[in-house]
Amino acid sequence: MNNPQLDVDGYLRHLLSIEGLPKRILNQILDTAESFVGVAEREVKKVPLLRGKTVCNLFFENSTRTRTTFEIAAKRLSADVISLNVNTSSQSKGETILDTVDNLIAMHADMFVVRHSQSGAAHFIAKHVPEHIHIINAGDGRHSHPTQGLLDMFTIRKYKPDLHNLRVAIVGDVLHSRVARSEIHALTTLGVPELRVIAPKTLLPAQVEKLGVHVFHDMKSGLKDVDVIMMLRLQNERMNGAMLPSAQEYFKTYGLTQDKLGLAKPDAIVLHPGPMNRGVEIDSSVADGSQSVILPQVTYGIAVRMAVMAMLAGGQGSGSQAGSQV
Amino acid sequence: MTAKNISLPNAEDLLKTLAQKLRPLLRTNTALVGIQSGGVWLMQKLLVLLEKDIAAYAIEHGTLDVSFYRDDYEKRGLKAENRPSQIPFEVESKHIILIDDVFYTGRTTRAAMNELFDYGRPASITLLALVNRGGRELPITPQITAADITLDASQNLQLIQNQNGLLSLELQSKSGTQA
Repeated sequence: MNNPQLDVDGYLRHLLSIEGLPKRILNQILDTAESFVGVAEREVKKVPLLRGKTVCNLFFENSTRTRTTFEIAAKRLSADVISLNVNTSSQSKGETILDTVDNLIAMHADMFVVRHSQSGAAHFIAKHVPEHIHIINAGDGRHSHPTQGLLDMFTIRKYKPDLHNLRVAIVGDVLHSRVARSEIHALTTLGVPELRVIAPKTLLPAQVEKLGVHVFHDMKSGLKDVDVIMMLRLQNERMNGAMLPSAQEYFKTYGLTQDKLGLAKPDAIVLHPGPMNRGVEIDSSVADGSQSVILPQVTYGIAVRMAVMAMLAGGQGSGSQAGSQV
Repeated sequence: MTAKNISLPNAEDLLKTLAQKLRPLLRTNTALVGIQSGGVWLMQKLLVLLEKDIAAYAIEHGTLDVSFYRDDYEKRGLKAENRPSQIPFEVESKHIILIDDVFYTGRTTRAAMNELFDYGRPASITLLALVNRGGRELPITPQITAADITLDASQNLQLIQNQNGLLSLELQSKSGTQA
């Protein structure tokens, strides 16, 4: 099956999921992001790469951090940015997704950053758009959130450069988490040898072992000697029915406290994709502690998103401008 | 194959000439900036050759990778390997010596100047190139070169650094095969 994310020459055309991306592309994104980190520390925090391009943030689901960082990333690349909260506009008047997209293409948008509560929404749009339009998935349902996965990899690499020697644990609501799925695919593609997930049975997808992870149901054995702890947010808004006794009960068993952190390696780092539920999946003393890299994740997220946009916009260039409507 | 007829100068000899020409320009408030990758190799060697003057005037240095400022980015995309630019000093009011290996169209220089200005407003920029191969397309030209050669547009002159760190010039035909 052909990979909609790559063009015929193997260049990145859309970023829809980490699954299906070769290691070569993941590393290229991370290496390119390395160069963008410094841009934010200069007098002029901009490079002219996307000058004259229009990036459209299409958010069918709420988000503050992701939308803001995509917006900043596009602006630091000198693009013009339009951010639409679609659930408050035409969609509520009955317009279909593709009509919304077509209208924005008619306004000469070049790139779409799409978030949607339905899995596969970004793929659906990518299949529909002409060749010169690029789609970035900023989270679709429970499926994928590739830039979050990439920025997590970038952050890990910054603190633990030798990925081939790491023990990584993902803790929490794996079932509802598109972030977890993206992280698992990224970590295995990049060659992290030991990957664990720690969660109650009710918050794990069926047959999660098939993704190449070791499953643990208690923090004590699961966190032992790990180098990296990737916390997940307890997704209250996605839960239907009683999967958990209570938030307090969850914190007692799976919340990351200083005590539990002590089971990991002394120099272990703690990641969280945000927004955090303090006192539910993570204790404040850990979130604000010396081993937390949660705020660096946000900073690096901008560089990683700049890298993705830069790679999408460059390279394909001439010839494809006419675009064939599929 | 016409390229074979041209005998290329020895890059290490040219480097010494370049160092001699650069020396009188060094003074306080000067900074060296090498353009990746050939310009950075040259700068590293110039820092050693001119060690005393560099120390005497406390001359700082940095590197630029101009990939994000190139005007042909849309056609060529990003190279798989780009290195972060590193300018660890205040550009504001500095006399910048910009170092490149081969000067050709002037587009790299334009990109480098654009990037430099995003760090601050330099007092001046001087362009230093090991070789000017002719063929500029912009009103930009190096003030200092060690050699001027006229080459055909189908030829590509490159500075190469071998494993021992020795520099040499190499002529390639545009298709990428070695001439």
